[in-house]
Amino acid sequence: MSEPQSSEHQGSGPDYDAWREQYDAAKLRDTPFETMSGVVVDPVYGEGPYPGQYPYTRGVYPSMYRSRLWTMRMFAGFGTAEDTNARFKDILANGGTGLSTAFDMPTLMGRDSDSPWALGEVGRAGVAVDTLADMEDLFADIDLSAVSTSMTINGPAAIILAMYVAVAEKKGIAPDALAGTIQNDIFKEYQAQKEYIYPPRPSVRVVTDMIQYTTGEMPRFHPVSISGYHIREAGSTAAEELAFTLANGFAYVEAAVAAGVDVDEFAGRLSFFFNSHSDFFEEIGKFRAARRIWAKWMKERYGATQERSMLCRFHTQTAGVSLTAQQPEINIARVAIQALAGALGGTQSLHTDSFDEALALPTEKAARIALRTQQIVAHETGVTNVADPLGGSPYVEWMTDEMERQAEEIFAHLDELGDGSILEGVYMGIENGYFVGEIADSAYRFEREVNNGNRIIVGVNEFTDGDDSDKELLRIEAEVEEYQRKRLADVKLARNDDDVARTLAAVTASANDPNANLMPPILDAVKAYATLEEVVMAMESVFGTYVEKAII
Amino acid sequence: MTDQPQLRVVLAKLGLDGHDRGIKVVARILRDAGMEVIYLGLRQTTASIVAAAEQEDADAIGLSMHNAGHMTLAPAMVAAIDEAELDTPVIVGGIVPEQDIQPLLDAGVAAVLGPGASAEEVAQTIRDAVANAD
Amino acid sequence: MAKAKRSIPELYEAARGGERRALGRLLTLVERGGPDADAVSELAHADSDGAHIVGITGAPGAGKSTLVGQLVTDLVEAGAKPAVLAVDPSSPLTGGAILGDRIRMDDIAEHGPAPGTQRPSTFIRSMATRGHSGGLALAVPLAVRLFDACGYDPVIVETVGVGQVEVDVVGAADTAVVVMTPGMGDAVQANKAGLLEVADVFVINKADRPGANDVRRDLDLMLDLSHMTGQESEHGYRPPIVMASALKGEGNVEVWKTVEDHRAHLRATGQETIRRQNRIRTEVRARLAQAMSNAAEAAMDGEGAAQLHRAETAEISPNEATNELLRQLLRES
Repeated sequence: MSEPQSSEHQGSGPDYDAWREQYDAAKLRDTPFETMSGVVVDPVYGEGPYPGQYPYTRGVYPSMYRSRLWTMRMFAGFGTAEDTNARFKDILANGGTGLSTAFDMPTLMGRDSDSPWALGEVGRAGVAVDTLADMEDLFADIDLSAVSTSMTINGPAAIILAMYVAVAEKKGIAPDALAGTIQNDIFKEYQAQKEYIYPPRPSVRVVTDMIQYTTGEMPRFHPVSISGYHIREAGSTAAEELAFTLANGFAYVEAAVAAGVDVDEFAGRLSFFFNSHSDFFEEIGKFRAARRIWAKWMKERYGATQERSMLCRFHTQTAGVSLTAQQPEINIARVAIQALAGALGGTQSLHTDSFDEALALPTEKAARIALRTQQIVAHETGVTNVADPLGGSPYVEWMTDEMERQAEEIFAHLDELGDGSILEGVYMGIENGYFVGEIADSAYRFEREVNNGNRIIVGVNEFTDGDDSDKELLRIEAEVEEYQRKRLADVKLARNDDDVARTLAAVTASANDPNANLMPPILDAVKAYATLEEVVMAMESVFGTYVEKAII
Repeated sequence: MTDQPQLRVVLAKLGLDGHDRGIKVVARILRDAGMEVIYLGLRQTTASIVAAAEQEDADAIGLSMHNAGHMTLAPAMVAAIDEAELDTPVIVGGIVPEQDIQPLLDAGVAAVLGPGASAEEVAQTIRDAVANAD
Repeated sequence: MAKAKRSIPELYEAARGGERRALGRLLTLVERGGPDADAVSELAHADSDGAHIVGITGAPGAGKSTLVGQLVTDLVEAGAKPAVLAVDPSSPLTGGAILGDRIRMDDIAEHGPAPGTQRPSTFIRSMATRGHSGGLALAVPLAVRLFDACGYDPVIVETVGVGQVEVDVVGAADTAVVVMTPGMGDAVQANKAGLLEVADVFVINKADRPGANDVRRDLDLMLDLSHMTGQESEHGYRPPIVMASALKGEGNVEVWKTVEDHRAHLRATGQETIRRQNRIRTEVRARLAQAMSNAAEAAMDGEGAAQLHRAETAEISPNEATNELLRQLLRES
């Protein structure tokens, strides 16, 4: 038996030397980088450009997971603010530093819990937030300067962000000490998730107001997380997910630049959110292509000069839509494969779905198994030892090129639609039904393939024996709804109605003034305990509403 | 084409839930099965669905639900149909846990389609529900 | 569960009394054709009252339904009781259809009407072309007559202006509105489709887009050049062009005013009567053609089968067989 060899000098040339210098300077995790059998492995193999080098196809950092594993971010949010607060404290007590908040459907749509629209939906799919009082409960006894908070909300994002700032202020924490991400990606709402309130243009104005506000006041906060996840869940192909998401990113960049913000001042705080589906190599190609495209476009088209403006850093979630209600346990295997694709694709954070999510919100046990799944990928498989371990494989490189080629075709179409502006192209594509049409076509093609047996889904159209287990499900009781309505009524009773009316009028006035920034008046309104829906309405009276007109 | 009268089906998302992938696929499945689909889209109320069912003389109403609100919303739909003195059957699809199916049927829902139902099952379920309502 | 089936006169009385469910049912009978449709038509004929019939057509995506939604909202606010017949094409393969016009006509802000409210005074019915047996040409006049008899006025018929039948349907209205948009070569396309000949009012929708003025110029030019309507020379009427943005709710008031102006013009010049006579003539022709066609089919299946067989076996020519069948048919009727 020969001694295990370490081949520390796999590469050569200026790219390699530059990479090596950065790698050597990086702080590494305290763990041996060798295989299970003791073979010492290099931090990277193959050709340059290497990880951390433009156009970043091979990764955004030189040392990748050797320095830091991806963040294992799991979504929490259900019932009342107090319920979720307890879950948060639990996460923090177990060493977590990232809080991830899911809101219920009425909150996501800017409706209060006492709205007739909220019937049956309060606290079901996330936490209900009607007023600042709920936000105070949600983050009670939590040091907001010491955590990073991710909030998954879009239509009413400005109001929720204002509430977060106001809660911090009450705790004596300034906005510039707050770290976190708010999803705030309104374009994909019109394209896929459908949780919009106003028409696209005024909605984007609110987004740019938030980019401006955070650029000035909240340098540690990511004002937009550009999300392909929902586009994919709605039925798009991998390339459509990639292209629509990045095009939305370009559109925000154009909108913010048009509003007078320098590209390098905010682009570094944009982050991305992708889906990881089951077609292993297609997903990995997609992730690699995303980094390359973003870097190229930011540098060449938008003139970014700072490296961080060119880095496509992304969160990944396994594909909820791939989970089957039949034989739900086998979803654990699907999630594992999808999580592995995310890791091999170089994700910065990962949410693994629970096996029972095709049926209801996850039970605690299912959520734990999901977390354990990504811990196995991180700590047992050894894939974290080497950055971009598949780079250089002819198939993976071809797939990466192919994903990029398909995406570039879509960019060219949008550029033409918008007469040389991706922003205008995205508006046009929303208005003329391009995005929803493409997504619906892709979804239908997939369903037909499953239906005619050309595509096998294990447990659904093949290998269907064994679907006999007891399905234990999490239930949210209807009492939550009653409780939350009462809570809201109490807050409304206790507040100063004159302050509410005055601050809401100021929100409306700012909405009417295209040169005003909406964040300061919204902050005043939430501090006066105006409800989410009241603030939404104060803007809606100016902005109008949106109904999807496109045919299927 | 058969001599049987063409079925007219109203499809809608009731409430705030915006997951419309499934209902759009179902619309195409029913079209390809020779039915006329009146697609109402997102954010409908029981009142707007009843109005459409009356005006369109719908043979069936299909609701898609992904938000765990089905136990409240589907019975409300059935009640609204009854109140309007219609006898249009209501078919619920989407994410409905197995143990909720019987209570929904008891509440007057004509059929529940689970995830993974094939195109044939979807179309046949609608046809059966219409046949049973006549 | 099933309620006792009501007779056609019972349904008709209920519909006239404002029961939407009954009217919905009758419209289905009308759509299916045959003796039931004829019975409905007879009843409605007696009560129809000369409602203003407005046809609206244009290419897919021109924003017709959104415009109609706006017009309907305005009409309801003004105290009118409008009905809309929204015609969409069926799939030629399966005969099925996805009818999505109601979505775009939903004038109620945002999420549809708030729970617990509804709009009682509008009636919207979606109709698929079904692409067979000339169904549309027969069903639309009957449906319009039924709306009229039930007190709806105006009756708006919306079609996708692509097929000849759809163009004819709109052309048979009192006022035909053709909707165009910038940037799609619409004026030229519309000309090809024969839409310019039937138009009484042009609407350039999405007029805030670049190219709107180009469409207007093209249209003006075509109107200058052509004698296509013949209206200008004969009746001093040149189809006006209205700029609108239905999505923003701009221009709809002017569109409707122009439609009413056109009606006033029809009345002032006696054209209204002529149009209505033409419409009746068209309907009778369509019904006659349908009846003949049905009779021909029956003849081929029935007594004429022997003649048909002789032609099939080349004993006689197709021409001889046809003449023989025709003689039989005319003898019978």
